[in-house]
Amino acid sequence: MAKQVLVIEDEPNIIEAISFILLRDGWTVKTHSNGLTAVEAVLERKPDVVILDVMLPGKSGYDILRELRELPETAGLPILMLTARGQTKDRELAERAGVSHFMTKPFSNAEVLDAVHALVAPVGGAT
Amino acid sequence: MITLNALVAVCLTYVVFLFSVAFVAERSALRGQVRWLKAPLVYTLSLSIYCTAWTFYGAVGSAARSGFEYLTIYLGPSIVMVGWWWVLRKLVRIGRSQRITSVADLVSSRYGKSNLLAICVTVLAVIGTTPYIALQLQSVTLSFEVFAQPGVPSPEEGARSYTALWVAFGLAIFTVIFGTRNLDANERHHGVVMAIAVEAVVKLAALMAVGIFVVWGLSGGVAQTLDRIDASELGHWQMNGGRWAGLTLLSAAAFLCLPRMFQVLVVESDDEGHLRTASWAFPLYLMLMSLFVVPIAVVGLDLLPAGSNPDLFVLTVPLATGQEGLAVLSFLGGFSSATSMVIVAAIALSTMVSNHIVMPIFLRLTGNGASVSGDVRHVVLLSRRLSIAGVVTLGYIYYSLSGGGTALATIGLVSFAGVAQVLPAMLGGIFWRGATRVGALAGLIIGFAIWLYTLFLPSIGNGALSDMIMTQGLFGLAWLRPQALFGISGLDPLLHAFLWSIAFNVIAFITFSLASFPSPLERLQGAQFVNVFDHSGGPRSWSGGVAQAEDLMIMAQRILGAPEAQALFEREARRQGARGMLPDPSPDFLETLEKELSGSVGAATAHAMVGQIVGGMSVSVEDLMAVADESAQLMEYSSRLETQSNELSRTARQLREANQKLTRLSVQKDAFLSQISHELRTPMTSIRAFSEILRDTSGLTASEQNKYASIIHDEAIRLTRLLDDLLDLSVLENGQVNLNLRQGLLSDLLDRAAAAANDGGHDLRIRRDVRAEQVMLNTDLDRLSQVFINLIANARKYCDADVPELEIRVSEEKGLLVIDFIDNGSGISAEAQDMIFEKFARVSDRQAGGAGLGLAISRQIMTRLGGHITYLPGRSGAAFRVELPRNFVVPA
Repeated sequence: MAKQVLVIEDEPNIIEAISFILLRDGWTVKTHSNGLTAVEAVLERKPDVVILDVMLPGKSGYDILRELRELPETAGLPILMLTARGQTKDRELAERAGVSHFMTKPFSNAEVLDAVHALVAPVGGAT
Repeated sequence: MITLNALVAVCLTYVVFLFSVAFVAERSALRGQVRWLKAPLVYTLSLSIYCTAWTFYGAVGSAARSGFEYLTIYLGPSIVMVGWWWVLRKLVRIGRSQRITSVADLVSSRYGKSNLLAICVTVLAVIGTTPYIALQLQSVTLSFEVFAQPGVPSPEEGARSYTALWVAFGLAIFTVIFGTRNLDANERHHGVVMAIAVEAVVKLAALMAVGIFVVWGLSGGVAQTLDRIDASELGHWQMNGGRWAGLTLLSAAAFLCLPRMFQVLVVESDDEGHLRTASWAFPLYLMLMSLFVVPIAVVGLDLLPAGSNPDLFVLTVPLATGQEGLAVLSFLGGFSSATSMVIVAAIALSTMVSNHIVMPIFLRLTGNGASVSGDVRHVVLLSRRLSIAGVVTLGYIYYSLSGGGTALATIGLVSFAGVAQVLPAMLGGIFWRGATRVGALAGLIIGFAIWLYTLFLPSIGNGALSDMIMTQGLFGLAWLRPQALFGISGLDPLLHAFLWSIAFNVIAFITFSLASFPSPLERLQGAQFVNVFDHSGGPRSWSGGVAQAEDLMIMAQRILGAPEAQALFEREARRQGARGMLPDPSPDFLETLEKELSGSVGAATAHAMVGQIVGGMSVSVEDLMAVADESAQLMEYSSRLETQSNELSRTARQLREANQKLTRLSVQKDAFLSQISHELRTPMTSIRAFSEILRDTSGLTASEQNKYASIIHDEAIRLTRLLDDLLDLSVLENGQVNLNLRQGLLSDLLDRAAAAANDGGHDLRIRRDVRAEQVMLNTDLDRLSQVFINLIANARKYCDADVPELEIRVSEEKGLLVIDFIDNGSGISAEAQDMIFEKFARVSDRQAGGAGLGLAISRQIMTRLGGHITYLPGRSGAAFRVELPRNFVVPA
């Protein structure tokens, strides 16, 4: 069974692009675009890896990350964070909140795939 | 026979001569030709005011009565000059470095500028000196009488007082003229000193002349004279060891403490080096003065009828032998002795009385009124003159009361014992750092009281102390008899009084000093005085002054505050290249420091304070006056300071607010940059991702390719629009925009805006009242149109009604053209209303393609056009109001 990625992002075009490349890489892709309900979505979907945007409507990616880390079910969940704010302090903030990997937009598709692979080996040895 | 009138004429001529000597000396000093005035010889001769009429006439009398005892009076000072010159040198150095003006000033300065002490010493000096002045008046009067009725020295009372009065009056005038011609900060009187030096020569010459006449003229040679002395009572004179030692000590003490001696020794001293000459020359002078005393006494006793006053032998011997010229010279000698003493004593006492009693009272009474230093100067001079008159008058009163009957020598010794009470405080003060104000005060008061009770009051004679007290003691207590304290009787009254008073004085001084703690100023002054040779340098500048940098630091901290003082000292130390934070007290540094201090406490005070510590200068009357002036200014400063401090706190508040604003702005700027970054990176992410997909993915369908290319295209346009908006906003915010004023109809403008905003094809119904829109505008039509487009587009994007509708109303209010844009949606929440005009503020979650800059730009545009754009709360839907000023509107 294919491993699952949950993409939490509010920009439709970016959701579409990430979904496209992950699907092609053999992942099951779920998406969610509301910050307020993001944590429940994670708990409900139980993904193998989460791709999390920072600037989400309702709640920031940092807060979502912190809450996930405090929950036993998701404390060790691999989380890849994407942000359009590329300042050093943003990276520090993410690392303090317990991020697994941090990337600044815009990214190359290969970079995203490499990061996801580093966090979770895909099923079936597609690579 | 010389007439009395002739004698008066001689006298007056002599006085005129003295006047001219004093006058010439004063003029020379004024012109700066002071070299000859400063000769060591002049200094030595001026010391001769020690030899008053008492010495001139009284020594012979004393010799006739008590043998060689008179020598003790010369021995004491000689011992001081030869053996104690180092004490004198210290006194002179202190006097110069601290600008001491009198004994009282010395004692008061040493003990922390205590005015109480100064007053005590002044009172003591006045009381101690008054009999002495009386003595001089008496001797002049007596000597006049000798000429009036030779051999019969007791005419009626009235004439006597008359003579004394005139003499007193004349002396007062002379003293006022030359003692208070001007206010010298150093209290030096060159004219007076010169006149005294001349008088010193006259009295020595007169006594020597009489002596030579007696030895060679009357006795026939030295050998015969010695035979005559052996044959007389004096030959069998037995020395009373105790009295001899006591009197020597007493005269030594008096030599140091007498106000007039202090005046010439210390105050008038120009050069410490003069002491070296004086240390041998003055004892020589005294020896010459005493040389012929015994021969004159012996011959007088032989020659004159029994019962003649031996105090007048110096006059009566030449007169009895027909040597009238010699007698007149001798008279002038005695006259010189008396006048010089009175003049200097009056100057010294008036300085004390005026500085320590009159001026403090005056300054207190006038309070802050002493504003102009010229006024105060005038007052000081007046108070000096009045003090002189007062002192001489006191002497005259004492003379009148005492009846002039007491033997001259006794009066002199009473005075000596009185002023000697200052000695413990004085010597203790310059050699013992532990001496305190309380100790000095206790010693002085106790010694003075005992002296008053055991010696002074009994000396006045009839009436001052009742016989009962004399014989049975105070309150009937036998051990309190004035001349037999504690039951010890049989002692010479003078010795008795001197020993008891000095003993109690010293004991009290030491005990109370040990038992009390000195104030900081006292400690400072004590160190200055005791270590004067370590501290003081040149007299009138800071050069060579070796101050304790730490002392300066302590003072500076008190005045400037610790941080400022430390900063100043460190800066100066660095400038000097010195290690540590204490700079060398170089003249440069002291000047800098003084200037810094002046800013806080005024120039005179600063100078005085630095001078205190450096030891180069001390506080003079003028400094004090200047301080008094400044205290008035300080009052003003302090009120000014208060307003300044209010201003300061106001400024501080403004600064705090400005700082908060800047911090807020900085935070806003960071947030803005972060926002821009986000807004730019988001479309760029899509563009990059989809272009990579198009490039890297094989086998995309045509529709997929088309779709992804469209996304790239749209996002590129979004980016461009964002950059346009940002540039637009930046231009508007910086005020660099040029308005392109044109005329146009509002209805036409709204038509174009509605068409542009409805571009996207969503249907938004717009309700307008075209008649109301027939307003001709004169404004930047393109910019205003931009605002309208933004508002219509927003309604199109965000109105959430099923059938979106926008109403545009045009009206006029208070001279403004008002255009409202109201839609039928759910409106904007109250908390969001505040921020919709901020950059990047977006209310909706919906991605409507805007970056959130539209309303921010609209607001900037309206501001540039002189109008406003506001949100209208309380309507059913979102409602915006655009207002334009009338001057942009022209009648259609």
